[in-house]
Amino acid sequence: MNSEPTIELVDIYKSFGSTRVLEGVSLPLFPGEVHSLMGENGAGKSTLVKIMAGVHLSDQGALRVNGREVLFRSPSQAQQAGVSVIYQEPTLFRDLSIAENVFMHRQPITRYGWIDYAEMNRSVSQHLRQLGVSLQPEDPVLGLSIADQQIVEIIKALTFEAKALIMDEPTAALSLEEVKRLFQVVERLRAKGVAVMFVSHRLEEVFAISQRITVMRDGRVVGSGPIGQWTTDEVIRKMVGRSLDALYPKEKVEPGKVVLRVRDLRRAGVFRDIRFEVRQGEIVALAGLVGAGRSEVARAIFGIDALDGGEVLLDGVALRNHTPEEAMAAGISLVPEDRQQQGLVMEMTATRNVTLTVLKQVRRFGIVSRKKERQIAGHWTQRMRLKGHIEEPVNVLSGGNQQKVVLAKWLATKPKLLIVDEPTRGVDVGAKAEVHRTLSQLANEGMAIIMISSELPEVIGMADRVLVMHEGKLTAELSRSEATEEVIMFAATGQTLSKSGGQRNHESP
Amino acid sequence: MTREVKNASNGTGWLNVLMRSREASLVLLIVVLTAVTATLNPRFLTPQSLKDLMLNVSIIGLLVLGQTVIILMRQIDLSISSTVGITAFLSGILFVSHPGIPSLAVVFAAILAGLLLGAVNAILIAWGRIPALITTLGTLYIFRGANYAWVHGRQVNAVNVPGSFLAIGTATFLGIPILTWIVLILLVVFAVGLRQYRAGREYYAIGSNPNAAILAGINVSRRIATGFLISGAIAGLAGALWLARFGTVDATAAEGIELTVITSTVVGGVAITGGVGTVVGAVLGALLLSVFSSTLVFLRVPSFWQQAFQGAMLLLAIAVDAYLAYRHALRSRVKWSRV
Repeated sequence: MNSEPTIELVDIYKSFGSTRVLEGVSLPLFPGEVHSLMGENGAGKSTLVKIMAGVHLSDQGALRVNGREVLFRSPSQAQQAGVSVIYQEPTLFRDLSIAENVFMHRQPITRYGWIDYAEMNRSVSQHLRQLGVSLQPEDPVLGLSIADQQIVEIIKALTFEAKALIMDEPTAALSLEEVKRLFQVVERLRAKGVAVMFVSHRLEEVFAISQRITVMRDGRVVGSGPIGQWTTDEVIRKMVGRSLDALYPKEKVEPGKVVLRVRDLRRAGVFRDIRFEVRQGEIVALAGLVGAGRSEVARAIFGIDALDGGEVLLDGVALRNHTPEEAMAAGISLVPEDRQQQGLVMEMTATRNVTLTVLKQVRRFGIVSRKKERQIAGHWTQRMRLKGHIEEPVNVLSGGNQQKVVLAKWLATKPKLLIVDEPTRGVDVGAKAEVHRTLSQLANEGMAIIMISSELPEVIGMADRVLVMHEGKLTAELSRSEATEEVIMFAATGQTLSKSGGQRNHESP
Repeated sequence: MTREVKNASNGTGWLNVLMRSREASLVLLIVVLTAVTATLNPRFLTPQSLKDLMLNVSIIGLLVLGQTVIILMRQIDLSISSTVGITAFLSGILFVSHPGIPSLAVVFAAILAGLLLGAVNAILIAWGRIPALITTLGTLYIFRGANYAWVHGRQVNAVNVPGSFLAIGTATFLGIPILTWIVLILLVVFAVGLRQYRAGREYYAIGSNPNAAILAGINVSRRIATGFLISGAIAGLAGALWLARFGTVDATAAEGIELTVITSTVVGGVAITGGVGTVVGAVLGALLLSVFSSTLVFLRVPSFWQQAFQGAMLLLAIAVDAYLAYRHALRSRVKWSRV
């Protein structure tokens, strides 16, 4: 701890377009120390990791390895310098053997330039044994679990003689046993003097493994220090502690009859025991960390992903087939998170995009009528206050205006239940307020709305009720008055609140 | 040791081995097919018909080598037949216009021309970022069109080609045609190159996971470019050998063989999605298709059926691959749930 950091970030700035992601972040990793980096979704952790990995270059600031300033222009340069990164989903060659994955592009060769397979397998076999893993170097990667694939990545790092190992949410897809094994491996690396950075949302893991914690929020470091300084409460407060600076205009509406009721929804390995209801005029927020299963629940309700159990009732009638067609016919609309991939046909005009969901209404004698198309698209885009011409392809519109087109597209179907997934991600402040105003107005008119959001101020400002998910289960249902950032964050990280009430546990005894 | 144990525990012994090794199952199929046909028509195994079989498969087998490198990278090269056409005529016209030119010089010229045509593909695909399917479909037509314009109705005849050159396609050594020997030697070179050299493994890596290949520090564009250069050079050599085998060359030489080559490669176990397969398997695939069409001839099956059978083989090969992948996925899911 008193030694020089193995790798150090000094005053790093990074922007993507007009969005500033990192503002003056400094972070040292010391040899023989596990340093955990925590923060809400969007705090800038992943960008930081990618700068250390050589995927992104920082706009300003320095990156030092053993005190020497370096510039990583590619991931392989970072690897050569002894910085290895393990991502949540390992990037491996699934058709090749474990040993080949470890040594690709730098296989040991004999005097004649031939690959020395025996040496390669021996080396990997030795590492596998040392890590206590019962895999063979000749085994194909195809079919290995995520945990085993991470082991392959770790061995790759070991053969590079990595001085710093950065793990970006490595435990997110692991079972308990696998996490235990991973921690044993990390412990061994630490003992050998490797500097480890551990990015995780799981508080209990962070406290079990780290010697130092740094908390980030909105692209800045808001707290950093040895583990002894921290309590779980303190970490959570640092993660969320910010002022409600945006205006959220959700008006109080007297909820009407129940529109959606889901009972015991279950999808193996993704979520289970999901039950809740949504009434007319209500905005129900689904909060939780990335990977908690929120979007997956929405996809299942809409019929995109199959259910392994449970019931979805709309106006008291159970959906039978669980297909998107059926859900749409019943009056459900889903506005997906990824606009470019799932929400819009980027090359088509706003008009065409909006009327895609209601082609039946714009048909005359089986042919799309331009007039009707314009009528419907014009009505809904005006309501959304779309800026930009509706006869232009949507890829020339700004992110906020694209989101308005997506919303207009689904509103054109006049749904009873609207599910919006991260409705304001990546849109500017003005468009954000516009989206919020529209959602509020729709609720006023009696629509039932489920809003998935990772932005806590948005959740607290917009939602009449907040459902919190953690690792595929509902961990809390909070009324508007109960929902504070802290309470939500506790439930989202699977903690029980140490003081003050407000958390209703869904797990029945 | 543990691997054998694991294989055995997965049941049904030899069938499993066959399913796992595409090469073994191809050899078995070829043997069975030959045996059945020979029983029905003993003339199938005369030295002459065996020699014909070897000659028939040689040029396809040669082109399969280049195509394997391409498909391993999840790319495709449709333009090879046009390259063969151009270089075959080039070889012939060199003999016509320069009587007495050494055969080796002609072969080198053909390879060089193939390399240049391959470079056109390489530049468009690796640096122009145009998908290989589109690029090589375009160059397939462009090269052939240029060939028609250049040949302009002419034809090279065997009389203009020196006998020593034609001997490549007729003479034998140890009972095997010289042409086939050339292919066999190159097969060994390619097999060793793809297995034993870093560069060879990189073709597999790129097809298996392009992003991981970049992370591993592989210069993907350059590697893809070398693949198309190899494919072009091989097609150039195939052009020279085409002249040696057939003696006569006009503007239509080798038209349409790209599809036979691709079919052979895929039947031979090179996954169209990249990353999987060997040149030995691919050449065995070419041999199987060739034996199969000879069989149909010997059994007096109408010729229009032959193409349909070739198509059926392709679909069967892909179905087997899909089934194996499905079974593998099933097994790893079982493994998952036990965790």
